[in-house]
Amino acid sequence: MALPYSEKVLDHFLHPHNVGKMKDADALATEGSPACGDMVKLYLKVDEKSRVIQDIKFESYGCASNIATGSVITELAKGKTLDEAKKINWKAANEELGGLPSVKVHCAVLAVDALRTAIENYEHSHGLNKEKIPTTEDIVMKRLSRVINPIAGLDVVKTGLVKEVRVGQGDVTVWVDLPEDHQFANNLRSEIIERIEPLWDVQRVTVTFTGA
Amino acid sequence: MENRIYLDNAAASRTDPEVVRAMLPYFDEIYAVASSQFSHTPGILAREALDRSREILARRIAASPEEILFTSGGTESNNLAVKGAAWAARGGKKHLVCSKIEHPSVLHSCQWLEKQGFGLTTVRVDGEGFVDLDHLEKSIRPDTLLVSIQHGNQEVGTIQPLDRIAGICRKKGALLHTDASFSFTQADLDLSVIPADLVTLSAHRIHGPKGIGALYVRKGTPIEKMMHGGYHEYNLRSGTENVAGAVGFARAVELSGARETARIRALQRRLFERLAAAVDDFRINGPEDMESRLPGNVNVSFDRVEGESVVLHLDMKGISVITGSACFSRSLEPSAVMMAMGFSHERAHGSIRFTLSRFNTEEEMDRTAESSRDVVEALRKISPLSK
Repeated sequence: MALPYSEKVLDHFLHPHNVGKMKDADALATEGSPACGDMVKLYLKVDEKSRVIQDIKFESYGCASNIATGSVITELAKGKTLDEAKKINWKAANEELGGLPSVKVHCAVLAVDALRTAIENYEHSHGLNKEKIPTTEDIVMKRLSRVINPIAGLDVVKTGLVKEVRVGQGDVTVWVDLPEDHQFANNLRSEIIERIEPLWDVQRVTVTFTGA
Repeated sequence: MENRIYLDNAAASRTDPEVVRAMLPYFDEIYAVASSQFSHTPGILAREALDRSREILARRIAASPEEILFTSGGTESNNLAVKGAAWAARGGKKHLVCSKIEHPSVLHSCQWLEKQGFGLTTVRVDGEGFVDLDHLEKSIRPDTLLVSIQHGNQEVGTIQPLDRIAGICRKKGALLHTDASFSFTQADLDLSVIPADLVTLSAHRIHGPKGIGALYVRKGTPIEKMMHGGYHEYNLRSGTENVAGAVGFARAVELSGARETARIRALQRRLFERLAAAVDDFRINGPEDMESRLPGNVNVSFDRVEGESVVLHLDMKGISVITGSACFSRSLEPSAVMMAMGFSHERAHGSIRFTLSRFNTEEEMDRTAESSRDVVEALRKISPLSK
């Protein structure tokens, strides 16, 4: 009999590593929400001089993929410098886990995002961040490349699902090549909005479905 | 699979070994097509078996045998009832009413008819899944041809007050279809008292085989055939009759009765009680009053945990349940029934459905409650929503 998950995923799901809260964290990040069904909170303890991640913990409200990825990503990041840890992407986590079902990749990405955001937050609070730059189509596209196309299990930009992006005076419009009544349409719309809305100079995000 | 605790009986239940035994001769002995009384002997024997089965079903709901059509299952019966009634009314009435928590086979049939030019109004339900009767009454217009309201709900087990619903439909002159796929033999349905015009029945949730269902069509109800071909099932449903399936369905009906329902009720009560004693912070989904709830249905939401993780943990402990969480669904959206009931996404994500059958035991209920406690506690320990 075949469960949809690899043994590695099941092992990390049943016995997750690095779980729990961290009282004296140097940085933390939360990705997702109970409303979207998955939520990850990630804590970092960083050595100020060497910028090595000394300790890392995560908490998960989510499905098996989410828990297993949180476990694996914290294992990968522990002991690495911030610059090294930034390079850990969901692909690395996915490989480490022996492959997740494509429909579940969007749950797994949250843990990876939480790691990146926590590192960004650390950099901000320690004066390592770059200046605020106005949002462009390229920046939107870059953010959208963290939204997963649930059909393919790859991001919506690479898979050609996002047809066009326009940015003007705080308004961002995203055209998606999917019928409006597609089973994933609603889910995708809210994921895209959640991803773009936090940009500092964006006021309104509109997602338009163009597929037949 | 020996020690598995199977609690997904509202999806499909174990075919009773007695049902299998009753069906077997109709595969390799009496395999002729059920034909007219002027045919050859094997054909007549098959016909008689089919008619006996029809009588058993009819008797259970106080109908006549001529009012029972065999179909391939609940989905086909619902399609035939809704589309068949609509097609028969073409050129006349053109409006449909159904509840927001109907099975997809009713809801999507209605939505398809909407695309063909029919009007559709979906009726609200309250937080326990009961249809808003005022909204129902207001939704029925002079040109409403059919109201389709289910008997028992597939997810939260709400039993609708069919007598009052039928009264409203009669008063307003609309036909009433009820999908009794999830309630048949488990909740009373006496059609000599309740004037429903079309009723969907299903076999595989009451230990009958898959691939067989039935539609009750009250005498004189205008309905158009949807499956065209030979003259079968009073010329309302073409296709060689599934005699073995019908025999199995009838045997399953005979094996279900008040004693079995009482047994399932007792298991339901026990599971609710044991869960309440073992687990903190959960909410009951569906009616609190057990009399208004399908006997086999236990549906709860555990706060601060996500359902798919609970399902997988329980599966690894040998317990089969399902959840209304988005992570579990093919559409990545939470249960439409729970959304219609006004639940938060979080409550739907944390919902677990246990559906029981007469093959379950008290000991299984106790083990299920204990395992649920262990799993929920473990997941809460790693949840960022826990304080």
